[in-house]
Amino acid sequence: MAEHDTALGTAQELGAFLERRREQIAQRWADAALFRTVFTVSRDEAVEACKAVVDALAEVARTGRLEDVTAPGFGAVRDQLGRMSASRSRAGQNPSQIADEIAGLREPVGALLRADFDEDAVERTHACLVALTVLMGTLRLVVLQTTVHAGEELIARQREQLLEVATPVIRLWEGIVAVPLIGTLDSARSQVVMENLLEAIVGQRARYAILDITGVPTVDSLVAQHLMKTVAAARLMGAECIVSGIRPAIAQTIVHLGIDLGSITTRASLADALAHALTRQGIVVSPRPAAGASAP
Amino acid sequence: MTGLPTSRPAPAPVPVLALGDVLLVTLRGELHDGAAEQLQDDLAHRIASGPAPLQGVVIDISGVEIVDSFLGRVLAEIAAAASLLATRTVLAGMRPAVAITLVELGLTLPGPVTALDVEAALSLLGRAPVSALPVPPEGGV
Repeated sequence: MAEHDTALGTAQELGAFLERRREQIAQRWADAALFRTVFTVSRDEAVEACKAVVDALAEVARTGRLEDVTAPGFGAVRDQLGRMSASRSRAGQNPSQIADEIAGLREPVGALLRADFDEDAVERTHACLVALTVLMGTLRLVVLQTTVHAGEELIARQREQLLEVATPVIRLWEGIVAVPLIGTLDSARSQVVMENLLEAIVGQRARYAILDITGVPTVDSLVAQHLMKTVAAARLMGAECIVSGIRPAIAQTIVHLGIDLGSITTRASLADALAHALTRQGIVVSPRPAAGASAP
Repeated sequence: MTGLPTSRPAPAPVPVLALGDVLLVTLRGELHDGAAEQLQDDLAHRIASGPAPLQGVVIDISGVEIVDSFLGRVLAEIAAAASLLATRTVLAGMRPAVAITLVELGLTLPGPVTALDVEAALSLLGRAPVSALPVPPEGGV
């Protein structure tokens, strides 16, 4: 119990110190690499940001929850440093470099702390330094968490965008739609492709659907299965599916793997597939007679 | 199909409409065992006794939200029976979600011909505007 009280007392002492020396700490931090590189325009702005962080740390210290990442005081830090570390990662810094920069913030405060306390109170100074180290360690953890979290969010958002961007359904002709597939066709993507394609078949009243796999790097048995599923679903909707863009290498792979695509109409290129669909619809595309030639 | 329970109250039979030389069946919601059996009987009789050059049977399932293995089998059996009686069956108006579920279940219904909706089905059977014919007139430009 007594030990706990001492720890709390030390933490509060540290909090009081942080509050007292707020101005000096902020001035020194503003010159540190982390703040200097983010707030390139105005130093005052950097000082303000530093003050906000010092205030938050002082609040955490006052509550004595030095090791608690979820302490309410860190909320403000999360906001402030999250923005900064995000801008640092955009500049190409990896999380451990950012963590090093945070660690660099400890030294100036430690120097101030040693100067602030009496020469005689070695014990107290030492205890406060340890508390400060713990607090800065927690701060580092908080910032790392924020950075990693921001990275995860970015990845999730990009994955979603990739799904949407990579599977457009194009109307080639009245009653003919095409899906140019780019990239590896996995289960999630083939599901999206299937849904988009079926919706387009209903929306465009399409009789023919062309799946173009020119941009698919490899076709293995799994990809072939996805293709066959999509073709079967389109057929259930009353549309005929044509798979186009089968490069010679892919044709050979399919044969070597023993995949039977016999039930699927295939064409070498998108143009061939379109020509096939047009022919089946009874549409003939022919060059306009030359201007000079007189029509009979 | 002989061992089906008969104690259940008889559901309303599914109507079979004759549109000229095409029979139209519209399914709505869930199809119970009894109704399915009766529909298969009705259709077989109507096909056998119907107008001589019957173009085909159109089954409209746009109002069906769930096609399970039972309904899938019923549809396949109808198509097979109709084909024995020299008549084509067209499955019309399947919803995208239903199509995806069927494919995931491995039920690809290879029997019946499919069409986007009733209009497309009728044109497929050669009853609708000639311009919408899916098969090109050979040699005619």
